[in-house]
Amino acid sequence: MSEASPVSPLLKVRGIGKSFPGVRALNGVDLALGQSQVLGLIGENGAGKSTLMKILAGVQPPDEGEILMEGEIVSINTTREALDHGIALIHQELNLATNLSVGANVFLGRELLKGGLIDDARINEESYKYLQMVGLDLDPTTLVEDLTIGRQQMVEIAKALSINARILIMDEPTSSLSQAETEYLFKVIKDLRSRGVSIIYISHRLGEVTELADHVTVLRDGENAGELSREEISHDSMVRLMIGREISQYYDHKQREPGEVVLEVKGLRTPEHTDHAIDFTLRAGEIVGVAGLVGAGRTEMLATLFGVTPALGGSIAIKGQPSEINSPLDAIRAGLALAPEDRKQQGLVIDMSVRENMSLAALWRDQKKWGFLDFAKELEITREMVKSMRVKTPGDDQIVRYLSGGNQQKVVLGKWLTMKPAVLLLDEPTRGIDVGAKREIYALMEELADAGVAILFVSSELEEVLGMSDRTLVMHEGRMTGELSREELSEEAVMQLATGNSESLGKAA
Amino acid sequence: MKKIQGIFLILVCVIVMTSIMSDVFWGSYNLENVLRRTALFGIISIGVAFVIITGGIDLSIGSVICLVGCGLPWLLVEQEVSVPVALLAVFGFSLAVGLIHGILVAKVKLQPFVVTLCGLLLYRGITRGFTGDQSQGFGTDFKGIRELATGEIPLFGFNFPMPCVFLVVVAVLAGVFLNKTIYGRYLLALGNNEEAAKFSGIDVDKMVILAYVICALCSGLGGLLFVLDVNSAQPVDFGNFYELYAIAAAVLGGCSLRGGSGTILGVVIGAALMQVLRNMIVLVDWIPTHIEYAIIGAVILAGVVADEMIKRAVAKKRASQG
Repeated sequence: MSEASPVSPLLKVRGIGKSFPGVRALNGVDLALGQSQVLGLIGENGAGKSTLMKILAGVQPPDEGEILMEGEIVSINTTREALDHGIALIHQELNLATNLSVGANVFLGRELLKGGLIDDARINEESYKYLQMVGLDLDPTTLVEDLTIGRQQMVEIAKALSINARILIMDEPTSSLSQAETEYLFKVIKDLRSRGVSIIYISHRLGEVTELADHVTVLRDGENAGELSREEISHDSMVRLMIGREISQYYDHKQREPGEVVLEVKGLRTPEHTDHAIDFTLRAGEIVGVAGLVGAGRTEMLATLFGVTPALGGSIAIKGQPSEINSPLDAIRAGLALAPEDRKQQGLVIDMSVRENMSLAALWRDQKKWGFLDFAKELEITREMVKSMRVKTPGDDQIVRYLSGGNQQKVVLGKWLTMKPAVLLLDEPTRGIDVGAKREIYALMEELADAGVAILFVSSELEEVLGMSDRTLVMHEGRMTGELSREELSEEAVMQLATGNSESLGKAA
Repeated sequence: MKKIQGIFLILVCVIVMTSIMSDVFWGSYNLENVLRRTALFGIISIGVAFVIITGGIDLSIGSVICLVGCGLPWLLVEQEVSVPVALLAVFGFSLAVGLIHGILVAKVKLQPFVVTLCGLLLYRGITRGFTGDQSQGFGTDFKGIRELATGEIPLFGFNFPMPCVFLVVVAVLAGVFLNKTIYGRYLLALGNNEEAAKFSGIDVDKMVILAYVICALCSGLGGLLFVLDVNSAQPVDFGNFYELYAIAAAVLGGCSLRGGSGTILGVVIGAALMQVLRNMIVLVDWIPTHIEYAIIGAVILAGVVADEMIKRAVAKKRASQG
């Protein structure tokens, strides 16, 4: 590990801290970027990379710490100020007005005027210059929506160059690019570097970082985890720094004898990753983790299993019965339950009460004649669940918006437990939840497994996967790259499979 | 409940103001008139409330009223169809309109505004077509069926207009449906968060279609009672703008256009407020009647602004209590 001090630091970040309600996202983070340098910024999901970049780009102000440009302390509180200092963020989701022309986008918000009116001729002429710089020989009057994603990204880079950006921040720039587009992007990045532009390159794809980066900064849990100089960069060294931590004490996982097969998935194909068929089985009382990076297709797999998005093919058998699942209701009737990743959008009706949320999935089962609500039963179920799950709420009429993340998640789980599911699908069950509530969720998972429920949980927190799974499935870009038993399970093994490096371990697994 | 208190207070204020400024307001003729109008507009407002609760909108109400209002006398008088058949045709048409709107919104995923805006143009155009743009009326016949709208029920020494009975029946049914059945709960849930409702196993599409059907049936019933009440209808302007009165009443009554909230009682009070306001403008001499729209517009705007302010204050208080 080398010192993090390039010869002439163009940008230096010292002791940056940022907290969100209940979460310390960044804690005393340092970072240095030299002129004409590509800095790879890596870390697990939730390590704080995006927060740090948002701070640099002026999207969010930091709580503490300082940012230095060429040795001078600068304040960056708005995107405008960031741009003034020559820092531009190329978003993961492109930020272009696709209904406008390329030229109009390059100069969006800084339109060149003539007599108070937009001077299109000059805009097109000027933007063409910048398009050339990224090797795009394109008519600036073309509409952005008519371009491929790869070309749209080039337009975004051209736009950044047009404001004399000296530092480009690229957040997962290749996530929706084809192989050829990726190679082209790399060429442009190397070209920009030779022109004196510095780039902060954030990616999960360690191979890309290895190819591009002059220096790597690793974040873990909102803190600096280490630095790698050009010579030290390798897949293994990066993985080691990303995960290098001890497993905390709070997983009280016990081995149990798995029961009969309750879920058998064969050749399942999702609309997002049409080429890859997914096969796996799940036994009663088993807790199976699904690991992988963001975008590996794990959430999509759950959505298809649960009937939210239609399966393109394959079969699902529950307790040995082939099940035709075309809607969530079909899935629920077959004995599935899903606590989705986006708790506030998909898990809860956030402006309804605890009671109304708890009972929502069970209303059709508990209805009286003519569809009348069974208020007594509804209240009984809610009280029982609030008590058994120790939901901290002033009452069953409390609007769930005003509960903490942990208690909200308990409401989501309570909603499903009233349905007594055979298979419980959990998508990021502890995201945005404090440590205490996490423990409670883990204890609950153990309890349910004891009671014979089969649990399939997707998690981007490796630690959680390691701590909780009897068995781990690893996904990468829409396919299962491996399965690890508890004995084979290690953070490195998961990371190797999750980053698509299946040669070494994938075949052994 | 808090939502209803505010609008109820405004209603009381307007009634008190009107009573002070006009001595005929409490006269039985005027009161019956206001009640009748309130009942008629209340019915269509309840209908649109269901659509608004799902986060949708129905702009075609006035034109459905036009088609039904002109179609009924046209069937009875010009086509000499029997009364039961004519009623069946009227409600069959309303049902079909609701189903089509609902399917276009829920299944074809078109925007409710667009679908019902086209409905607004279509149904009025169709009516003007089949009537030859001629006024349709009952003349001096059909006294029996017209009693449905013009009749009166003596109760507590006061003659309540028949439409009030329909309003009470529709309001009670709607209130029970919305608050006491699983379907009402589904509508409120999906209006709040369609995705979460879907993830909870609710057949969202079916419920949305149901809301549009309820709305169209209420519009049909409204159109029927409107024309029975006034005896004749002009295809060119019968029911014109009524959807806006209905939407305004629903919004005043606490339905958010974002969906997910609303009470039937609030909507009825909202409809009453609109009618008392109109009545005030007519009764009070120094208010020129031709500025009616301006006054109604201003009152609705003031109402929703006040509502938003109160909501923010409440949210702030709740957040600080944390």
